[in-house]
Amino acid sequence: MNIARFREPTFIGWGNYVKLFSDPYFIQVIKNTLVYVLGTVPISIILGFLFALLVNRKVRGIGFFRLAFFHPMVLPMVSAATIWLFLFTPDYGLFNTALRFLGYTGPENWTGNPNLALLSVIIVAIWKNSGYYMVFYLAGLQNLPEDVFEAAALDGANSWQTLWKITFPMLRRTTLFITIVAFIDSFRTVDHIFVLTSGGPSRASTVLLFDLWLERFEYQNIGSSAAITVIFVIVLLAFTVTNFITSERKEA
Amino acid sequence: MEKPGLRKSLWQIGTWLTNILATGLALLWSVPVIWALVASFRPASDALSRGDVWFSDTLTLENYLHAWSMAPFGRYYINTILVVLTILVVQLVTIVLAGFAFANYQFFGKGWIFFFVLLQMMIPTSALLAPNFSTIRTLGIFDTRLAIAIPYFGSAFGTFLMRQAFISVPRDLVDAGVIDGCSWWQLIFHVYLPPSIPSLVAFGLSSATWHWNEFLWPLIITNSDKSRPLTAGLVRFTQLGEIGAQWSLLTAATLMVAAPLFIVFLIFQRRFIQSFVHSGLK
Repeated sequence: MNIARFREPTFIGWGNYVKLFSDPYFIQVIKNTLVYVLGTVPISIILGFLFALLVNRKVRGIGFFRLAFFHPMVLPMVSAATIWLFLFTPDYGLFNTALRFLGYTGPENWTGNPNLALLSVIIVAIWKNSGYYMVFYLAGLQNLPEDVFEAAALDGANSWQTLWKITFPMLRRTTLFITIVAFIDSFRTVDHIFVLTSGGPSRASTVLLFDLWLERFEYQNIGSSAAITVIFVIVLLAFTVTNFITSERKEA
Repeated sequence: MEKPGLRKSLWQIGTWLTNILATGLALLWSVPVIWALVASFRPASDALSRGDVWFSDTLTLENYLHAWSMAPFGRYYINTILVVLTILVVQLVTIVLAGFAFANYQFFGKGWIFFFVLLQMMIPTSALLAPNFSTIRTLGIFDTRLAIAIPYFGSAFGTFLMRQAFISVPRDLVDAGVIDGCSWWQLIFHVYLPPSIPSLVAFGLSSATWHWNEFLWPLIITNSDKSRPLTAGLVRFTQLGEIGAQWSLLTAATLMVAAPLFIVFLIFQRRFIQSFVHSGLK
């Protein structure tokens, strides 16, 4: 690893921030981060909720289903990503084979295509995290009071109504918690990007933390990396604090 | 209600559809790991280039042996285990003491200090890569196992978890202990800790999982095999020139990295999942 030559730092005011936001590369990184967060967080949470509903039943062999959905969580992200790297292989990779079987005819080099690289990173994150969120919903479901459901059944509510009018609203706190966890996680995990795309091609799959790593450790850009760190921390704090405030207000 | 027969058969169809959906999704979710498992036991020459790992009758350990001989995985294992254990032991001490202070004492600024602990939970350590890196360089411990472990010696989340567990211990019990002449550490060991063991186990399991799997921080803070853990070692291994697209070799290495934790998880599955719930919600 190269060590930056020591230089006397000079104070340049907002210089680093101005430079960042006038750099089209950084704007691209912000866009990628937005796409990544919006692409992973809601879908993982919805899948987590669906999985929880599916495994929260008294059926034989339900342990297998829990295991199937939860096990990616225990794998290191780099292992998960390495496995997916093979699945994504052009031509004979399992992912493409399955898609072809379903009638897909588009480009097949998922990690090397600028339009698909970010999507392939998103797919791996969803696969890995959904089961984690399932576990929280499962705990929430099992703590719901039975009598509310009995009352609903007596009033003739069907399962669909019960789900949307009772179950989901009663899990609001769980959903809030999972949203915060998922949001923070979508910012702090870039391990799979190292394995799958290295942020490329031409930064198409570079998100904020990966860019921070690039600036600091590849380009030795201490000033920019410090500015990105500050932006990073502000975004995370702003999101969680707003979330808490709005939730408390609803509560009142 | 008028047609119980129809209602019942509709219900049955619904159950069937749910089962089919559940099975389909569960298989879909399991395929990657099952595929990797199968591929890692197939001979390297065996049709892997055609992605055809399912239909073959030869099973072999050669990929594992070969991968093991190509990179110092033994060294990586030792590093990972030492780092995970160091972090865990130090964390258990610091979170118990901090949680005890927050639960048991009244002191000036307690509310504010606790607020900052909560605030810190929202900022993942990975956001602070750059400043932490400078600190490690200044300390002169770059490329050591200690450098990987040190940012995690305190845990805001663990402190919060232990404080929650400790404040649910009945105050009468604590007062009785004080009257019997317990010193502060006797209070911790005999009054606060026994009912809080589930929280401690939950924290321990999620901490061990997290640090066994961590990649980015070890990657930047290590520079040689003497301190490199499994995850960073694996990525280095995949980038070795002679590896190329030898899937069987790569899957073997990938699974070797995940195996110990994964096997522990399979054995204590229920406990593991409960821990994650517990550590997340309390």
